[in-house]
Parts: sequence; C-alpha cells; structure tokens
Amino acid sequence: MKRSTIGVTMSVLALTLAGCGTSSGSKSESTPGSEGFTPPEVPMQKTVGKGEGAVNILAWPGYAEDGSNDKTVDWVTPFEKKTGCQAEVKYFGTSDEAVSLMKTGDYDVVSASGDASLRLVAGGDVAPFNTELATNYADVAPFLKDKSWNSVDGQMYGMPHGWGANLLMYNTKIVKPAPTSWSAVFDDASKYKGKVTAYDSPIYIADAALYLMDTQRDLGIKDPYALDQKQFDAAVALLKKQRQNVGEYWSDYTKEVSAFKAGSTVVGTTWQVIANLTKDAAPVKTVFPETGSTGWSDTWMVAAEAEHPNCAYLWADYIVSPEANAQVAEYFGEAPANLKACKETSDKSFCDGYHAEDAAYAAKIHYWSTPITQCLDGRTDVKCTDYAAWTKAWQEIKG
Amino acid sequence: MLGAPLVWLGVVYVGSLAALLVTSLWVQDSFTSEVFRTWTLANFRELLSEPLYRTVLLRTLLIAVLVTLVDLALALPIAFFMAKVARPRTARLLVVSCLMPLWASYLVKAYAWRLLVIDNGVLESTFGASPGFGITAVVLTLSYLWLPYMILPIYSGLDRLPDSLLEASEDCGARPWRTFASVVWPSILPSVVAGSIFTFSLTLGDYITIKIVGGASQMLGSLVYDQQSLNLPLAAAIATFSVAVMGIYLLLVRRTGALDQL
Repeated sequence: MKRSTIGVTMSVLALTLAGCGTSSGSKSESTPGSEGFTPPEVPMQKTVGKGEGAVNILAWPGYAEDGSNDKTVDWVTPFEKKTGCQAEVKYFGTSDEAVSLMKTGDYDVVSASGDASLRLVAGGDVAPFNTELATNYADVAPFLKDKSWNSVDGQMYGMPHGWGANLLMYNTKIVKPAPTSWSAVFDDASKYKGKVTAYDSPIYIADAALYLMDTQRDLGIKDPYALDQKQFDAAVALLKKQRQNVGEYWSDYTKEVSAFKAGSTVVGTTWQVIANLTKDAAPVKTVFPETGSTGWSDTWMVAAEAEHPNCAYLWADYIVSPEANAQVAEYFGEAPANLKACKETSDKSFCDGYHAEDAAYAAKIHYWSTPITQCLDGRTDVKCTDYAAWTKAWQEIKG
Repeated sequence: MLGAPLVWLGVVYVGSLAALLVTSLWVQDSFTSEVFRTWTLANFRELLSEPLYRTVLLRTLLIAVLVTLVDLALALPIAFFMAKVARPRTARLLVVSCLMPLWASYLVKAYAWRLLVIDNGVLESTFGASPGFGITAVVLTLSYLWLPYMILPIYSGLDRLPDSLLEASEDCGARPWRTFASVVWPSILPSVVAGSIFTFSLTLGDYITIKIVGGASQMLGSLVYDQQSLNLPLAAAIATFSVAVMGIYLLLVRRTGALDQL
C-alpha cells in the first residue's frame, strides 16, 4: 500500500513536471543563431507613465552604484529621489549569467553586452526599445546607434550605455619590464607561473584568437568571433598552454580584486573598474595592448515582461543622461555613450583618453559578440564554430 | 495521517530530484538559452564520451575520499576523548564547541582558509610553507568544514558504548589497540558510516570551496555551477551523475548492514 502510494505520487509528479518547464512554450524551432533571425513578436511600449515605485536592475558590476561600495560613488540614490523608483540592483559576472538571470523574469532592465544582447532578443526576453521615450537618446554617439549588437532590422532594442576595451593589468613591482602586449599572458606567461589570471567565460577564447590574429598570421583570423575549426583549435591549444600557468580564473570581479591585492595573481585580463578598486592596496597598472583588444559595447534593455516597465524606461533614460553617464563612465573606466557626458566628467580630458568621440577608434575594438555557425566575418565557404562549441571547449581547457 | 508528510516528501524531495532527471533529458539552444523539451540522451552520451567529465568525476571522488579519511582520523580521538575520558561537564562543553563553527557562515570559513593558504598568507608566514591554491587546499578546507558532521555521530556512538565492555576487554588481557579493533570499532562502525555519508555527499556536491581555494581546478559541483548558466540540461545531467554516485555509495553501505543499526 505504502509503496504504491509513493509510486502514484512519483508518476503524478513526473507528469506534472513534463507539462511545465523552464521554457515559455514549444514555439517553432528556429535555427539557433541563424543570421537574420526573426525575433519573437514582443510589443513595444508606447508611453512612459508614472513610475511603479520600484525597479529591478540587472547590471554589470559598477554600473549601478548606490554608495555602498564607495560613499562618493552614488548615482542610484539621485535616481530614486527623482523618480520614486526604489532600485534593487543585482550584479552579474558574465554574459551567460545575465542571459540565464533574465530568463527568470525577475528583472526589469539589464545592461547587456554584445554577446548577450542578441541572445536576449532572439529568446524573446527583451522588448523592442522605443527610442522616442528616452530624451537622452538624441545625444548618443551616432556610431553606437542601429548596430548589429543592439538592433534587429533597424529596430533598436535598447539604450546604448558605453563601451571600452578589456585591459591587461599587472603588478608593477613584480612584472618587469612593463608588458605591452597580450604575450604577457600567453607566450610569456610561464615567467609568472601560477600567478596569471584569465576571464572565466567561453568568450575569453576570442582573446586567444585575437592574439593569434597577430602572431600567427597564416591562420588567417579576421574576426576573433568568427573562427573555423582550424583557427578555433589553435586558439584552444593556446589556452590549454596558458592553463598551465593560470593560478585562478575570475568571473566574479571581487575575486580578481582580492587576488591582485594579496599578490597571488600578478598579471591578467581586467576591466578598468577592477584596477580602480585594487590600486589603493597593491601596485597595479593597466595597459591597452598595442595590438588591440576585445571589449564591450553595452546596451540597457527592457525586459519583455517587465513588472515595472515605466521605471525601467526611466532608468534606461536616466543612466544615459549626461551627468549619470559621465559618473558611470569615469567610475567604470569606459567611454560614455552620451556625447554630452564628456562635458560633465570631473577629469576634462577623460573622453579624449577613452576616445569617446572617436568613431574610428571605436571600430578597432573587437566587441564581444556571440559566435554562430555562419561566420561573422562574411566567409561563406566554411562553417564557423558556434557558442555551444566554445562553451564545451572552455570547460575542457580548464580541465 | 501519512498523507500530508508523504506529499510533502514527494513534492519537495523526490519532486526536485525528478525535475533534475527530467531536465537532464532536454536540450538547450546555446544561442537563446531556451530549453527545448525534446527527449534525448545526448547529455548523458556526452558525459560518458568526453574524457573531461571522467577526469573531474575521478578528481571529485578522490577529494571526497581524502576528506572522509582526514575527518575520520581527526574525529576518532576527539570523539573518544569527549565520550570516554572527559568529565560530563567538559564533554558537554566540547560538544558545544564542536557545534560552534556551524553557527558561522560557510563562506566566512572558506574565505578564512583562502587567507590561510594564499601566497604570503598566514600558513606561510607562520610555518614557512603553504600548499597554495589547489586540491590540497580544497581537501584541508572541506575537512575543516565537515569535521563536526563526523565528530557528532561518532561521539554519540561511543557514548552509547557501555564502559563495562572496555573494562571487560581489558580484564581479558586485551591491549588498547586490540580493544579498539575488536570492541570499539565494530560497535561504532554504523556511526562512522553515518559520518562518512555526510562528509562524502557534502564534498561531492560542493561547488564553492573549489572556487575559493581550488585555484583553477574544477570539481563536479563547480562544473554544474558553471554549466547552469551555459547549458542547464547538461548541468542537470552532471548533477544526476553525483546523485548516482551517492546512490551507489548508499547501496554499498546498506550491503554492509551498517544502516540497520542506526
């Protein structure tokens, strides 16, 4: 009797579970990552009404500071005072984390990099962005509008926020002479065996590809996100070699801060904000390697089923307003999207340093984007490796 | 009367396990992260065919065995002292101090170990040497974290063992070692097994310690953690892996009959 009850309970459960699931429905299977995919129909907001009193923000670390990390760094509180939207901020460490967190439906607005934005659009997790509802959109640098990573078929999916490059950070007391290229973490990494770090995400494979683009020209890599099998294998082999010298990988920014402070890591890829948080406790410097770098161009996107859509729009508009955009850009160490922000920075030469108005420079950074089977560099004679392959390879590299 | 608890057990416990198993049979679109409910064994095929997962599974098992052995070696003398040597008052104090670390957050303790084993950290400045980040540090940290779970069952096992048995053994001329091997060990074996289930299963599922003190290496738990945002069904399949390992372990334990005496 007892046994059969359990059996019944279990089979009932199994049936219920088969009926409900993590995905929103059995919509027709589109080819994953096909170029010119049709985003699912998601209505665009027509007006922005009064704030709902709260907003759930999913952001890169440093994008929504409320003074809890540093009392002088606070642009969330003025937003709350102005709009009455109480901000609840959650930081994420990788784009994959952002995509999976957006799937929970708990967030109203997200700062998505190029390797997350299109995945969110294709997954129907974010809504088309009504640029007329954002007063600051007009001041956004033209070279950030209607780009492949933030729009589909001419429809913007968010508010451009800022852009920048991944940098090489090193401990000036230990790493001598000062490194100028990524070889410090690849071919010369053995000099600092066990004290090298790398970003813990499959997208880091692009950093190796970028290095090979310059050092092994015969591979013919044109775009570090468009790798055919042979190019991909070379990048993976390089990373497996690097793995011998890596002490720790980081995806949580606080982990890299603590590793550099303690000296257990002395050289590796970083964001400027991490260097800013570290430099008081350890002698670190960052360098933009001469051969270029991977980087990000971020967009604030509004969730398709946002619980607080008005506050989400108010936030996306506020954070790209000249004052707030300038504060974020200076704190995080990136070029602000709003060109008027350049007049609001405390360091007047800030925007020149980050080439914020320089479209040609912006074009030189290899922005994170999601690798797909169709080569992003336009080659049609070969198939490129997609993100699934990158993901798999990344775990193998770590071993 | 049985109904309500049974439903509770079914929904909360068996239900979540069933959800895990069911999810592991689905596939995820790597581009949109959307999970498709098409039934396939592909995830399990990948687990078996990729050498990576075998390596990580073996590494995790090795760590779990080492942690269990270290904890056993530490817990036996402590529990014996608490149960048979110390006065009741001291014994109670010792039990409380064994429980004390459980009141502190797991993360705090793991980060404390990070500061101990880090280069130029406490261990190095005190003893001149430190294992550094890696498997050794993981074994040490996990042994520390799970030690109370080993001490307490052994203590209660020893507590139930009548002193007269030890005296009888001594009267019959057995030396301490013989008494331990023939009298103490057989009677506390169920407690040891209970403790080892804790240390073994907790290690098998741990994903935080390896991230904090493990350097660049991976365990089953951290694979699941990393995969849950990349490929949820595969993460579920890997998790099923450790459930299976634990199931086998429990079956083996049951065969020894140790569970019947608990």
